[in-house]
Amino acid sequence: MTQNNRLSGGQIDRNTTVNFRFDNRSYTAHPGDTLASALLANDVRLVGRSFKYHRPRGLLTAGSEEPNGIVELRTGNRQEPNTRATTIEMFEGLEAQSQNRWPSLKFDALGVNDLFSNFLSAGFYYKTFMWPAAFWEKVYEPIIRRAAGLGSLSMEADPDEYDKGFRHCDLLIIGAGPSGLMAALTAGRAGADVILADEDFQFGGRLNSETLSVGDQSASDWAAQAVAELSTMPNVRLMARTTVIGAFDHGIYGAVERTGDHLPTLPAGKPRQILWRIYTKKALLCAGATERPIAFENNDRPGIMMASALRTYANRFAVTASQRVAIFTNNDDGHRTAADLHAKGVHICAVIDVREDAPVNYDYEVLSGAQVVNTKGRLGLTFVEVALPDGSTRTLECGALGVSGGWNPNVHLTCHQRGRPVWNEDLAAFVPGSNLPVGLTVAGAANGVMSTQGALQSGMDGAVEAMELSGKLPDLPEAEDAPASQKPFWYVEGCKRAWLDQQNDVTVKDVKLSYQEGFRSVEHLKRYTTLGMATDQGKTSNISALAIMAEVAGKSIPETGTTIFRPPYTPVPISTFAGRMKGQEFHPTRLTPSHYWAKERGAVFVEVGNWLRAQWFPLPGETHWRESVDREARQTRASVGVCDCTTLGKIDVQGTDAAAFLNRVYANGFAKLAVGKTRYGLMLREDGMAMDDGTAARLAEDHFVVTTTTANAVSVYRHMEFVRQCLFPDMDVQLISTTESWAQYAVAGPNSRKLLQKIVDPDFDISNDAFPFMACGNITVCGGLRARLFRISFSGELAFEIAVPSRYGDALMRRLMTEGEEFDVVPYGTEALGVMRIEKGHAAGNELNGTTTALNLGLGKMVSKKKDSIGSILSEREALVEPDVLRMVGIKPVSSEEKITAGGHLMNSAGPVDAAHDQGYVTSAAYSPILNSSIGLGFLKDGANRMGEKMRLVSPLTDLTVEVEIVSAHFVDPEGERLRA
Amino acid sequence: MIINHPLLGPRDSSEFTYLGDASLIDRPDWQAENAAEAFYEYGYLRDNPAGKHQELWFHEAGDRSWLVVTRDTTTHEISKVELARDLARARGRSK
Amino acid sequence: MHDLVAITALGGSEPQVDTVGGVTCREVPAVALASVASRMGQEASASKALAKLIGAPTPDVGQHAGETITAFWAGPDQWMIEAPFETHEDLADQVKSAMGDTASVTEQTDGWTRFDLNGDQIPAVLELLCMLDLRKFDAGCVARCSIHHVGCFVLCRSPESCSVYGPRSSAGSLHHAIVAAMRSAL
Repeated sequence: MTQNNRLSGGQIDRNTTVNFRFDNRSYTAHPGDTLASALLANDVRLVGRSFKYHRPRGLLTAGSEEPNGIVELRTGNRQEPNTRATTIEMFEGLEAQSQNRWPSLKFDALGVNDLFSNFLSAGFYYKTFMWPAAFWEKVYEPIIRRAAGLGSLSMEADPDEYDKGFRHCDLLIIGAGPSGLMAALTAGRAGADVILADEDFQFGGRLNSETLSVGDQSASDWAAQAVAELSTMPNVRLMARTTVIGAFDHGIYGAVERTGDHLPTLPAGKPRQILWRIYTKKALLCAGATERPIAFENNDRPGIMMASALRTYANRFAVTASQRVAIFTNNDDGHRTAADLHAKGVHICAVIDVREDAPVNYDYEVLSGAQVVNTKGRLGLTFVEVALPDGSTRTLECGALGVSGGWNPNVHLTCHQRGRPVWNEDLAAFVPGSNLPVGLTVAGAANGVMSTQGALQSGMDGAVEAMELSGKLPDLPEAEDAPASQKPFWYVEGCKRAWLDQQNDVTVKDVKLSYQEGFRSVEHLKRYTTLGMATDQGKTSNISALAIMAEVAGKSIPETGTTIFRPPYTPVPISTFAGRMKGQEFHPTRLTPSHYWAKERGAVFVEVGNWLRAQWFPLPGETHWRESVDREARQTRASVGVCDCTTLGKIDVQGTDAAAFLNRVYANGFAKLAVGKTRYGLMLREDGMAMDDGTAARLAEDHFVVTTTTANAVSVYRHMEFVRQCLFPDMDVQLISTTESWAQYAVAGPNSRKLLQKIVDPDFDISNDAFPFMACGNITVCGGLRARLFRISFSGELAFEIAVPSRYGDALMRRLMTEGEEFDVVPYGTEALGVMRIEKGHAAGNELNGTTTALNLGLGKMVSKKKDSIGSILSEREALVEPDVLRMVGIKPVSSEEKITAGGHLMNSAGPVDAAHDQGYVTSAAYSPILNSSIGLGFLKDGANRMGEKMRLVSPLTDLTVEVEIVSAHFVDPEGERLRA
Repeated sequence: MIINHPLLGPRDSSEFTYLGDASLIDRPDWQAENAAEAFYEYGYLRDNPAGKHQELWFHEAGDRSWLVVTRDTTTHEISKVELARDLARARGRSK
Repeated sequence: MHDLVAITALGGSEPQVDTVGGVTCREVPAVALASVASRMGQEASASKALAKLIGAPTPDVGQHAGETITAFWAGPDQWMIEAPFETHEDLADQVKSAMGDTASVTEQTDGWTRFDLNGDQIPAVLELLCMLDLRKFDAGCVARCSIHHVGCFVLCRSPESCSVYGPRSSAGSLHHAIVAAMRSAL
C-alpha cells in the first residue's frame, strides 16, 4: 500500500487505486500504469531470474523490447508465460508471477549456476552434452529443460476466444508517436482512408515520455489533442493496443490487437485478441527507435536500466526506480534523463559521460570522460564504481543507474521481405535500406530522424508522399530540434562479465569466444551463443554484439553484417494464430440430409473429410461394432437397406459438347451413352494413374450428372474446370457443382424395388424392363416431389440411388423407414457399405491411391485408344504395362479363423520375407458376414494369373503371418445376376 | 500475396489454389508420332526460373476462373494476370 | 401435392433467428435458386433473356439486380437466380423455359443455405468473417469469398442488409461463425 517511488505528475489516474498481486504479494497501482511501472512504484526492482545463470534481474526498459521483466500473467488455465511486464496494462485484480526461479525469486537454488559460469560459456550445450547419445533424451534434456527456459505453461486448454479479421485501407500508419500522429493528421485531414495502429494502450509514443513542448503545449497534451481530432474523422480508424507484427507481400500487414488483455474478465463472446490482416495501398512505418545499452562489468543488476526508460517511468508513469539515480551515457540524450529526474526531485548522484566534452550542468555532477567499471548489490543495485579519466576510481551509492548508448531505429518491418538496413555513421546505427516492402516508406526516428521537430516534419512528408497529397498542408507545430550528439561506445574494456543479451545470458566475452571458435557469420553467432533469440529477439543487444564482432574481426560494422528480422515483431500467442479454428471448429463440419434422423437413431458417426457420416447404427443389446455392421450387411443382402450417399460429389455437366468433354476427362467412352442411361467412368491423371471414379448419368442429350468419390469432389471439379478452361476452351460445356442440392440415398437389396415402388409415383414404371440396370431418369415421389432415380449398385445387389431436394431428405429417409418396415428395411452406415463393396470387389479410395493404373485395377480395357483422353498416352508407359505389373485380386485366409489385415504384404509361400521378394500388398480388408470369413482386396504381381495360389500375408510391424489364398476380387455374385434382377 | 484478378480486381492469394507452370496449357497432340515422348516432357519436364514465371492459379473460393499469373519467383512481384481461357485460345487451343 | 415435410438447413422446422446488439441473423429457407450459365457463343442472347426474366439489366461482374426474381453474378457468363420459394419452387424449369437454348440451367435451391444480416453494424461483423474490401461493398454488390473455410456468396442489399449464402451441408458451421462474430463485434 506504499507506492514509495511515486513522483508528481504523470499520465496515470490517481483518483482510482487498483489492487494487483505479484509473486503472491498484494500491491496497489493506478489505471494508466503498466505492471512494470506499478512494481517500480512499489519499490520492487527484482522481477526475474536469468535464463542460464539464474542471476537476479530487474526491468531494463519501459517497452516491448524488454528482455528481463517477463512474467507469467494471470492464473489457472489463463496463465500466459513470458509476458513482458513493461507492456501489461494495469487492471484491478491483475496477478503475475516471476519465472525461472525455485523456490523463490529472492532465493533461487539454481543461482548456483552463476558460480560455474566459466563452464557455461558460449556453445556450452553443444560442447557438454554431446555424448553419450543415449543420455540425450533421458538425462540431459530433462535437466536442461528444468534449469533453463522461461515461463511455464498451465498445461490446460486456453478457455478464451480469439478472432481473426480483415481490414482494408489506403494508408496504414504503424506507430503513433510524433511522426505517426503527424502523418495521420496530414492524411486524415486530406480525407485519406487511414488506419493508425500502435502497440501501446496510449497513443503518443515518446511524446508521453518527454517534458518537451510541441507548439504551445506539452508534448503529451499535443498528442492527446491530435488523437482527439483523429477520433472525430470517419476516414481514420484508430487501433490502440495493436502491434503490427509483420509486413507481407503486396501491402499485406499482420497485426495483433489485444482487445481483452487489459480487462479483469472478458465479457462473454468477446475475444482476448484479434489477429488482423490489413490490406494496404501504402504503409508508413513510424515505429520510432529503441535505446541500446552499454556493456560493463555486472551491468545486469536490478536497478540498472535504460536511461530513456527511467525518463518514461518518471514523466509518463510518475515513478522512479530509486530515489538516488546515476546516469551512464555516451550521448546528450542521457543528460535529458538526468535533467527530467532532477526536476522531479530525484537525487542525481552523477552523470557519467564517456565523452571528454560532456555538457556541463550546475544542478548535479557530470563526470566527463568517465566509465562505469563495476557495480554492487546482490538483489539490487547499491553501488556503482566509476573510473575517472585520471585513472582514479570513485564509488557512487545509488539504487538505479540509467544507461544510454544511443538509439537504434526500429527497422524491423523494413526487413521482413529480405530488405537489408544500411549503416549510418552519424547515428552509429542501422537505418532502413532502399529495398523496402512494396508500398512501405519510413518516417521519424525509425528512419533515423532523431529530433521531435524532424519526426513531425518527416511524418507529414511521409503522408504527403504516400497519398500524393497536394494543396494546403497543416501547419507544423514547433518542437525540439536539437542535433543528437554521441560518441559510439559499445562496452567498457577489460570486463569479465559484461552482459549484452540479458535474456539469453550472453556476455561480451561469449561473443569474442564464439568468433575465436570460428563462428564468424552473424547468423552463426546467433545460433552458437543464442544471442538475439527468444521473446525479445535481441532488440536491445543485436547491434552491440555486431559492433563487438566487427571489432574482433577488424572490420567495419556494415562489413561484418546485419541480422535480418523476421515476423513477428513481438511474440504472438499460438491461440491468436489459431483464432476460432480449434476443437470442433478446426474445420467446417458438413452434415448429410439424414443427419438429424441418424442422430435420433443413435448412429455412430465418422469424419470423412469434413463430412460426418453414419458409420453404423447400433441396436440395443449390440455390444460390439461388428455385430451392428454384420447385421446391416446381412439384412441388406437378404432384403433391403438404405444408406445416405449424398456425400459423393455431384457435378452437373451441360452443353452441346458435354459428351465430347466427358470423353476427354474419362478414360472410357461416353459419346454413345444413351439418354436415360448411366455409365461407370474412370478418370486418369495425365501421368496415367487413376485419379477418381464414379458414374455419369445422361439426363438429356446435352446434360449429364457426374458423380465423384466423396474425398475427391473438390479436386475433380477443379480438374474438370482446368480441362474445360485451359485445354479445350472452345467446347460448349458448363460445369456446376450440385453435391449439396440433392439428398441421395442408396436403396439396395433384393427388395429395393418393392420398397421404392411404394414411394415412386405410379406414373413411373421402375420394373426391370422399364428401368433396367444402369437406367436413370427424372421421376416424382410421394405425390409429386421432383426426384431423380439411378439404377446403380455399389453393393452388388439390385440397387437404386434416389435423390430429392435436400430439404426433403430427412422426410424421405423417415418415409423409406416406415414404408420399409414390411421388408425389414435396415439403415446401413459406411462400415457395412465398405464390407459390401469389398465383397463385390469394387475399388475405392484404398485402391485408387494415386499409385495405381487402370491396368492395376483390372480396368485396363476401359482405357479407350480410339479417342483423346487425359492420361491415356502416359498410361502405356513401359513400366506400367510390364507383364507382371500389380493386379487387383481378392485375398482370403486358408483357415477361416484367420484375419486379413490391410497394409500387410504378400510373400510367396516359401522363401525369404523381405522387400526384395515382395509380391504385393493388401489395401482393404473386412469381415464378410455372408462368407463367414475375413476377406481382403489387394494388389499382386501378375495377380490375374495367380488365382488359387497359396501365399503368406505378412506384417513384420505387427508380427503377423497368415496363410492366404489368392482369389477373384468378386467374392459375391461374380456374374452380376443380382444387380440385374 | 494479392492477385489482381482480371474480372474481380485484387484478391488475396489464399482464395486461390496453385497448380504450377502454365506450360500445362500446351498439352501435346495425342495422335502425333512422338506423342509418348511429348507427353512425357509435358508431364515431367519443367523450367524452374529464378525470375518471371507463368503459372496457373484457380480461383477456388471465387469465380472459379483459372488464371495465368506472371510472377517473379525471387520477389513475388506479379506483373500480369490473365484469364487462362483467353491465353489458351491465344496459344491455339480450341476443342 | 407431395406430403414430405421440409426441414431447414439448421435442422429445424422453423428458420432460426439470432439477435446480438443491433444486428439480426435470420435463416432464410424460403428462397428458390437456379444457376444459369451461357452456352458458348450465346452470351449475348443469354444476357438478353436473363434481363427479360429479372426485369432489369443483366448484372455485371460482382453485381446483383432484379426484384421478385433477382440474379447475381457468380462467374464469367454465369449467374445465380433467386426467387421466393412459395411461388417458384420449380424455378429451374421456369428459368430454363425463359432462357431456352441460350444457357444451361441447374437447380440450386437446396445447394445453398441463406442467412440474412440486418442492422446498422454489419461491416463490423463481416470484417471478422471474410476478407472482402467492405469499403467498396455497396448495395448491389456480390462477392464469393471464404468464411471460416466455407465458400460463400455475400450480397449487399442495402447498407443495413446483406445475405450470406453458404453450402447447405455446412449451415451449422457457417451459422456458428456468423453468430460468434456478432457476439465478438457487437
